Amino acid sequence: MDWGSIFIDGILATIGPVTAAYAISAIGLNLQFGYAGLLNFGHVAFMLVGAYGMAITVDFGGPLWLGIIIGILVAMLLGFLLGLPTLRLRADYLAITTIAAAEAIRLVVRSSWAEPLTNGVFGIQGFADSFFSLNPFPPAELYGIGSLVVTGRKLWVMIVGWTIAALFVFVVHRLMKSPWGRVIKAIREDEDATTSLGKNVFAYKLQALMIGGAIGGVAGMILAIDQQNVTPDAYLPQITFILYVIVILGGAGTILGPIVGAVVFQFLFFTIDALMVNAQADIGWVGDLLTPAAAGQVKLVLVGLGMMVLMVFRPQGILGSREEALIDER
Amino acid sequence: MFWLAAFAIAALSPVASLATGESIGGKLIQTVGEERIPTAGVTIIVRQEGSEIGRGESDSEGSWEIPVPGAGVYQVTLDTTTLPDGVGLTNPDAAELPDVNVREGQAKKVIFPLGEGTTSSVSSYERVGALFISGLKLGAIIALCAVGLSLVYGVTGLVNFAHAEMVTLGAVTAYFFHASPVGPQWSLLVASVPAILVGAGFGWLQETAIWRPLRARHMGLVSMMVVSIGLSFAVRHLILIIFGGEPRAYPDFAGQPPIEILGVSVVPKNLITIGVALLVLAGVGLFLQKSRAGTAMRAVSDDADLAESSGIDVNRIILITWSLAGGLAALGGIFFGLNEAVQWDMGFSLLLLIFAAVVLGGLGTAYGAMVGGFVVGVIVEMSTLFVPNELKTAVGLVVLIVMLLVRPQGLFGTKERIG
Repeated sequence: MDWGSIFIDGILATIGPVTAAYAISAIGLNLQFGYAGLLNFGHVAFMLVGAYGMAITVDFGGPLWLGIIIGILVAMLLGFLLGLPTLRLRADYLAITTIAAAEAIRLVVRSSWAEPLTNGVFGIQGFADSFFSLNPFPPAELYGIGSLVVTGRKLWVMIVGWTIAALFVFVVHRLMKSPWGRVIKAIREDEDATTSLGKNVFAYKLQALMIGGAIGGVAGMILAIDQQNVTPDAYLPQITFILYVIVILGGAGTILGPIVGAVVFQFLFFTIDALMVNAQADIGWVGDLLTPAAAGQVKLVLVGLGMMVLMVFRPQGILGSREEALIDER
Repeated sequence: MFWLAAFAIAALSPVASLATGESIGGKLIQTVGEERIPTAGVTIIVRQEGSEIGRGESDSEGSWEIPVPGAGVYQVTLDTTTLPDGVGLTNPDAAELPDVNVREGQAKKVIFPLGEGTTSSVSSYERVGALFISGLKLGAIIALCAVGLSLVYGVTGLVNFAHAEMVTLGAVTAYFFHASPVGPQWSLLVASVPAILVGAGFGWLQETAIWRPLRARHMGLVSMMVVSIGLSFAVRHLILIIFGGEPRAYPDFAGQPPIEILGVSVVPKNLITIGVALLVLAGVGLFLQKSRAGTAMRAVSDDADLAESSGIDVNRIILITWSLAGGLAALGGIFFGLNEAVQWDMGFSLLLLIFAAVVLGGLGTAYGAMVGGFVVGVIVEMSTLFVPNELKTAVGLVVLIVMLLVRPQGLFGTKERIG
């Protein structure tokens, strides 16, 4: 087993554009789940509509900046449409509706009916050319220290991705220090008490869902730009649950939690992956027991188990405080 | 009775020239008694989400192979008009295999169960009638699954997102006892018994190992829902590892010839599904109304503290509810597998419709879930008269959202329980 290369691959995956996208998306989910206590089980749908909003606009001849704005608006619209029927009701209705919507939207996008717009399962390519034409680094050149190197193209996406992540960390930090943020946290602690203080709880929750959704939409765009491709099957339900693990692991309701969670999660995820691939090749009985495909699924089983174990034994994650993490314990 | 069975069986070796790329293929062989005659000149079309990927014709040996662009899910259709006289599909619905999953680099083999020919011209009356029956069938399956979810919600207040996995577990366990080469290969009827027991046992285990300890810790419902969706995710992928990603069919009752009722052609197993489901649901209703445990269940559902203070062992009732829910879900899963296919994510794909049914009927009401199940099933199937077939699941979401806007407490719910 080559520990050195496993470690290098883990580091590369950890600082890569996908982690940046997950971190950004987790910031959005953290705003909804961690701060406002909204149970959004379909966060991946916001990423999907954000990415498609951008890709379709460019595909139809629009400039990229317009595509980004449209992507953000579509993600906010989705938040509005999902929040409107559910946010006056108990938390479970939002959970049910979002998980159902995430799956239904993916089915519609990949259907032949939506093909004129979305190009079905084949997806849309070539929308990010103007993004990469801004790249100041020669795309094929290698940057880095020792064997820890990335191409100039990757580096450009990474820099933009992590800059946006830092920007959103700052925005959420300011938001949560503002009166608006205090109301949001108050709603999570006690909805009835907040209502009795004359706050329009429904409107605040709707705003939190829409802003968190817009951030998720931006994350979807980063993911799409990195892959230069949007396909419906890149936005599977499992991403939502990976994001939950990230948010809870880092600390729900903390400013830096999503970043810490994303980095730690991605490092663990890829290290486990590499260990399993190696174990399969080197240790006979592991290779007999697990096919390569099944080894990939083991990671997802661990994601589910991780979600349960964290929620039960360490709901505050790495950065949170236990009192704040016990969201609806009265 | 004259009996002609024609089977398209999988070819044993992939075509060498295509071995590197992904493809879908098979061999059309017609077995008449002991004789095996290849069926040539039959057109087969491969589509992905409605758009044609390629088509091919079976050669003189009955073989056909169509290359596909990559790994993914494809629909494979046998053009019934090109079948020779006297050969047709046993089940007209089986002309299309909707979920053919091709893995990276795989030369996928598929099977078309063929039999005596049936007419292909369908009047709109027959179409509406057939859709209505298949809507009732889907509704029966949804209702069986939804009742348990709603009952558990009633007694614990928890929407259990892992309910879908109890559905899958039932179907997969039945497959193990029925058709797995390492299993005992019982008939499906016999195999259903251990499957339902395993489903009930899984419900019992969940309650004892997870939910009761968490309630004792006073964990909030939002946190519990996060735990339940984590459980769902873990169990679903565990099933994927053990069962594999390929959809499989129960050998029993496969390729049943349809019968005609009031001019509508119906596959008998659809009717059996509807009938058994109605009987079981009536049994659940009787249990809730007449038995002590059922009455106690309703009491706990109404007010757990009051029930406790009047001497009901609430934890015992909750345990019974979980086991009942698991058993019903497993039965629903077996019927789902019987009418569609057994697949690792079958429960999750049904979950949207189960939720729509539960919300339509009113979260926490057992009878609401039953009625909601049938209504959603019929609406979803009938909607294919107007919307493309691939969008019918999305219709379930529309039903759910409209219901939440119009009457969030559902048809049978009471208003003060909400919000």
